[in-house]
Amino acid sequence: MQITLRVYATLCRYVPGAVAGVPLDIDLPDGATVSDLIEKMEVPAREVKVAFVNGRRQSPDWVLNQGDEAGIFPPVGGG
Amino acid sequence: MWILRLNMTDATYRLEELPPAYKNLAGRAMTSTLVSDEVPPLCHPLGPHNKLVFSPGIVTGTAAPTSSRISVGAKSPLTGGLKESNAGSSWGPGLARMRIRALVVEGKPRDKRYLGTCITWDAAQEKPKVEFFDAAEYIGKDLYEVYPKVYEKFGKGISVAGFGMAAEHGYGNAGISFNDLAKRPSRYSGRGGLGSVMASKALKFIVLNTAGAPGVSIADKALFDEGRKKLLEALQTHDITKPKGALNTYGTAVLINILNEAGGLPTRNFSSGRFEGAAKIAGEAIFEGNKQRLGKDVYNHACSPGCTIQCSNTWYNVDGTERTSCVEYESAWALGANCGIDSLDEIATMIQLCNAYGLDTIETGATIGVAMEAGVIPFGDSKGVIRLIEEMGKGSPLGRTLGGGTGFAGKAYGVVRVPAVKGQGMPAYEPRAVKGMGITYATSTMGADHTAGYTIAPEILGVMGKQDPLSTEGKAALSRAFQATTASIDSTGHCLFIAFAILDIASGYQGMIDECNGVLGTKWTADDVYAYGVAVMKKERAFNEAAGIGKEADRIPEFMKIEPLPPHNHVFDIPDSALDSVHGEM
Repeated sequence: MQITLRVYATLCRYVPGAVAGVPLDIDLPDGATVSDLIEKMEVPAREVKVAFVNGRRQSPDWVLNQGDEAGIFPPVGGG
Repeated sequence: MWILRLNMTDATYRLEELPPAYKNLAGRAMTSTLVSDEVPPLCHPLGPHNKLVFSPGIVTGTAAPTSSRISVGAKSPLTGGLKESNAGSSWGPGLARMRIRALVVEGKPRDKRYLGTCITWDAAQEKPKVEFFDAAEYIGKDLYEVYPKVYEKFGKGISVAGFGMAAEHGYGNAGISFNDLAKRPSRYSGRGGLGSVMASKALKFIVLNTAGAPGVSIADKALFDEGRKKLLEALQTHDITKPKGALNTYGTAVLINILNEAGGLPTRNFSSGRFEGAAKIAGEAIFEGNKQRLGKDVYNHACSPGCTIQCSNTWYNVDGTERTSCVEYESAWALGANCGIDSLDEIATMIQLCNAYGLDTIETGATIGVAMEAGVIPFGDSKGVIRLIEEMGKGSPLGRTLGGGTGFAGKAYGVVRVPAVKGQGMPAYEPRAVKGMGITYATSTMGADHTAGYTIAPEILGVMGKQDPLSTEGKAALSRAFQATTASIDSTGHCLFIAFAILDIASGYQGMIDECNGVLGTKWTADDVYAYGVAVMKKERAFNEAAGIGKEADRIPEFMKIEPLPPHNHVFDIPDSALDSVHGEM
């Protein structure tokens, strides 16, 4: 299946050519989870603080579906 | 330790020994207590009976990390209620080191002759000394022009608090400007129109020269030092606050992308939670843009002495000169996504103008969003925004309509979609997408205020646990807990950003408590610190009620209860009873 992934902040350094907010098309086997996606992108799992799927925060074991839009962040804060 | 009173009716001053009842009050606790005790709740905010109170926090002026905050309080011309708004600057530690726990500006001169004051340490008398000076030459001018003149007149090592033309016009949207470490007029007690209160008393500048000042007295140095180290350790290790962490690298605008992803970035006057241009105005874009323009990685700097987080940025021009400092999340959102604008260069120009005139960028952006809704200019028209801000600087009738703030402009133009509570414009989090924040906006004594109870931490960022932002469950209690805790942190003099570290790292939280006990000689537990914050909130609430702002004002605007917000298509569905329980069960 195909999903789109956006990578943000310091996580961009793990994905060659990634620009914050610019979507990447990623092929995944059916039944893949958020953590499978992170592993495929070779982003260290411990660096990912928050993962969104279709705008909702999901845990690493969340199962992805065709056409999902994912976004991953390291720890961020502000005001 | 003193309360310094500046009487602007006759340009005199008085030093009062700090009363024993106030011995443990500082920062927001002090400003809210003094305003509550001394200001008639029904007074006119720009009249002779309002008082403007400045108070550094408990540990401000000591070696405590990231503690250079100054609280400013008064009855707000914007909300009509009690206001506290704080800034990071060398000014706060300056006041603290002269052992002034509160500076109260009171009275009102009969003629509008602007004066300034310079406060120095009189070594012979062993107390602060105040001199008044004529400030006429600084009136009606751009603050970027005027600040260098003040430094020239009073010396390089001073700190300056003042206001710009927005306050001279008496706007509800007029902040108090403080110097940053590069002497720019860029740090703000922004929200609630306190600049106009200061201007109404014709006090244009308060200059501090701390040469010879004795410093903050510390009751138990060993305990203070232990606490300082624990807190510093937490700040240096947490991923958000550590050197080259999220804030030091990307600044507060790092939030643009995550709020956008979550569908909670208010766009085009709160009509959507996603902005297609978000990535162009985010912290990452600022970092990459600066890198391209300067040819190197630029990490952020401190706004004030002793800050180890260092989240302030500078946005540079293509030619490597400075365009503005700084581009905060709230400013990038208010003048960016909320107005449908995706150009950092244009947003930087707008921020620079707001600073030049002394306008709160949040209120300005929220107000202009309403003006766009009304068709004054189209969404996305950045040249139009610049023109409107210039009108606000000039004090034209259009400028004054906008200078009155979000609620005021909404009424003037007959707009229904007005994102404000108690007249104050909402900041950069959509209540329908982050419901705990909506509760804070509705129930904070400050009006729609994000720092007052920052539930974004668990709801979006994963700090202090994880909460579903779209769920209504447990959110009233969450907002209440954050509001009370924040009232305490606002009294310590620490920047609120220490919360990212200390809400996750318990020893850091204990360190903050140890610091306070060390300075004051108290024996507070975590429960005592929470109770301290609750007491501050109760005073503020009582003032507001006496000022005619009761629980009926603790509500989200009707349109947010009716219109589903894309992309998640929720309305604000927190029941009124839950809103009332925030203070009801405090």
